[in-house]
Amino acid sequence: MSDPETFRKDTRAWLESNCPPEMRRPPEGEEDTCWGGRRWKFQSDAQRLWLKRMAAKGWTVPEWPAEYGGGGLSRAEAKILREEMRALGCRSPLDSFGIWMLGPALLKYGNEAQKREHLPKIARGEIRWCQGYSEPGSGSDLASLQTRAEDRGDYFVVNGSKIWTSYADQADWIFCLVRTDTKAPKHEGISFVLFDMESPGVSTSPILLISGKSPFCQTFFEDVAVPKANLVGQLNKGWDIAKFLLTHEREMIGGMGMTGGRHRSLGEVAADTVGMEDGTLADPLLRGQIASFEVDSWAFALTLDRVGDLFKSGQAHPAVSSMLKYYGAELNKRRLELMVSAGGSEVLEWEGSRSRDGFTVRSWLRSKANSIEGGTSEVQLNIIAKRILNLPGA
Amino acid sequence: MALVLTSEQIMLRDNARSFLAKNAPVAHLRKLRDSNDPTGFSRELWKQFAQMGWAGILVPPDYDGLGLGHVEAGVVMEELGHTLTPSPLLATSLVGATAIARAGTDAQKRTHLSRVAAGELTVTLAVDEAAKHHPEKTALRAARGTGGFTLKGEKTFVLDGHVADLVIVAARTAGVPGDRRGLTLFLVNREAKGLKAERIAMVDVHNAARLEFDDVKVPADAVLGEIDAGCEPLEGALDVGRAGVAAELLGMADEVFTRTVSYLRERKQFGKLIGEFQALQHRAAILYCELEVARSAVLKALQSLDESFATASPVVSMAKAKAGTTATLAVQEAVQMHGGIGMTDEFDVGFFMKRARVGQELFGDANFHADRLARLNHY
Repeated sequence: MSDPETFRKDTRAWLESNCPPEMRRPPEGEEDTCWGGRRWKFQSDAQRLWLKRMAAKGWTVPEWPAEYGGGGLSRAEAKILREEMRALGCRSPLDSFGIWMLGPALLKYGNEAQKREHLPKIARGEIRWCQGYSEPGSGSDLASLQTRAEDRGDYFVVNGSKIWTSYADQADWIFCLVRTDTKAPKHEGISFVLFDMESPGVSTSPILLISGKSPFCQTFFEDVAVPKANLVGQLNKGWDIAKFLLTHEREMIGGMGMTGGRHRSLGEVAADTVGMEDGTLADPLLRGQIASFEVDSWAFALTLDRVGDLFKSGQAHPAVSSMLKYYGAELNKRRLELMVSAGGSEVLEWEGSRSRDGFTVRSWLRSKANSIEGGTSEVQLNIIAKRILNLPGA
Repeated sequence: MALVLTSEQIMLRDNARSFLAKNAPVAHLRKLRDSNDPTGFSRELWKQFAQMGWAGILVPPDYDGLGLGHVEAGVVMEELGHTLTPSPLLATSLVGATAIARAGTDAQKRTHLSRVAAGELTVTLAVDEAAKHHPEKTALRAARGTGGFTLKGEKTFVLDGHVADLVIVAARTAGVPGDRRGLTLFLVNREAKGLKAERIAMVDVHNAARLEFDDVKVPADAVLGEIDAGCEPLEGALDVGRAGVAAELLGMADEVFTRTVSYLRERKQFGKLIGEFQALQHRAAILYCELEVARSAVLKALQSLDESFATASPVVSMAKAKAGTTATLAVQEAVQMHGGIGMTDEFDVGFFMKRARVGQELFGDANFHADRLARLNHY
């Protein structure tokens, strides 16, 4: 790589002159996160411009190869970019399941045509993807999924239903696990396919959650024709890709416990509501809980760094993502419990501009899914017990 | 810097591990206890530590030390946690050597550091005066007189206090207990007139003593660092000790965890290996996660002491708090999952529980450090 300090200097200079001021403020609501896609309505010109400029540099996906729309940066350079973005308070220009999940899977398992077709559109935020994994009868036991894809020569016909499909009603395409061999053992008859959500026979139905929002849908497939060119990897080998992706998802959810500088700290929130006495929070028990949380959350943030370094040097246990998922999910739930506790009655407002339509209380409710989605906390502990600790019968 | 050990550090760890397993396993501690050893550690073993360079691990090469970093010192401390080996390493080579090397005059460094590295001089820090660690509340007075100072007061929980050759005493030369300003460090010979040391028979069979200073006279050149401005070097030395104890706690937690998981794989009840029970699997898996998180914290604290000593306090406090709570959890789970045998003196797990309790308390427990972190973060 180029000299790290030069790269850092150049990166900072570029960000300073290209990141619009509006994009340097902490996001205040969900609409401030740009998801992209055919149906995306930009919140502001600044949001549009920021995506355009970053995508032109390939920095929406800094580590992907430049030929697929990425920035071609080394891991160390990407880290510098993240650090500089954090230092300037730059928002992420684009968040998406395409970036976090499908992209890495295609880079590893996709063929050249699939990479060239899909990766640049993900990088530019043109196509928004959703993930078709869980089914009404297959939650924690994901491999028992029943959605079928029948071979009709040059295409498959897909029938079945998915549930907890994040933002399926706003997504353009879906990456989907389907059963292609009903007679094989459950892990061995699964394939990984891609298709357009506008294909005839696809319909979605949003699910209203306790947070009053509908980030998830149930998705129905009725005789959906999927070209065989959209099969990723080998037929009946989709479970390998699924496992690979679950690992990515776990790391992503694990990372949510550490939103760090993006939000006001618990100490600041509590200082506003309970007040200060002699330089410390006036509520000593709450203060103690917050301080203990900060110990754990800092140590966990360092663990994300350390695991990254271990992967880099080939020393990480492959199942360590279950540790990150478990710990990060539990930590984020704890953070939001403390956030509502610190906020007191002020954050109990459900609607109204004062509370930005109950942002804190809805986030608190939403966080309860952290230890369910992407494999429950209990499933993660089972994986750790079995694969890392080699406990019997697990 | 990557948050992993370098290959040299891994080599040091492996060498320390095999040396200690061979020369000073838990049975070594048990023997010292059963024989009521008056010194509380093996001088023969300490000589070997010096020969391997550990006694002078942080001592600069100019004073015949290895001049290694805090990560290396922590690596050795972690291994001592695996075997619970009592030694002067923590008080002398981490805390004492740091205070002298960072605050001492050339003459003080020349007089003491080479002897520390050679294993000829043991040092300790006398800071606590009450049941809970709180350096700023130091009340022991040092009154200025002609040609020097007179020390009067008491210290407790002084590591190796009954055998250390040299005592670094935190004393008050100005202000009132609670003030940061007005603390001064003194180098006092343990044989000094008026200094009485009483060994405390500790639960963990490691060394600690109560020290009584009854008008102990010291010359002016016994002052270590600046008069009234001893708080900063004191905190620096304490932070090295805290990170060292955090590493030792991590080693203990790791050791009892490994032993417990092995036990889950071999102990049968109700016709099954107890490790098959999900109730125990999940608790073991949670403990694994806590250990991994604590390991990141401890390594970062040690690296921070190497990279930016003056600003390492927050991360050191975070690491000491995390290592303390993790070791506490680990020893409790170890005793519980071992069942009745875990309660017996014959079995080693109890030794870990005892040492972990002392390690929690040493240089501030998890509450002390969470509070310190909160203050540093202005809430």
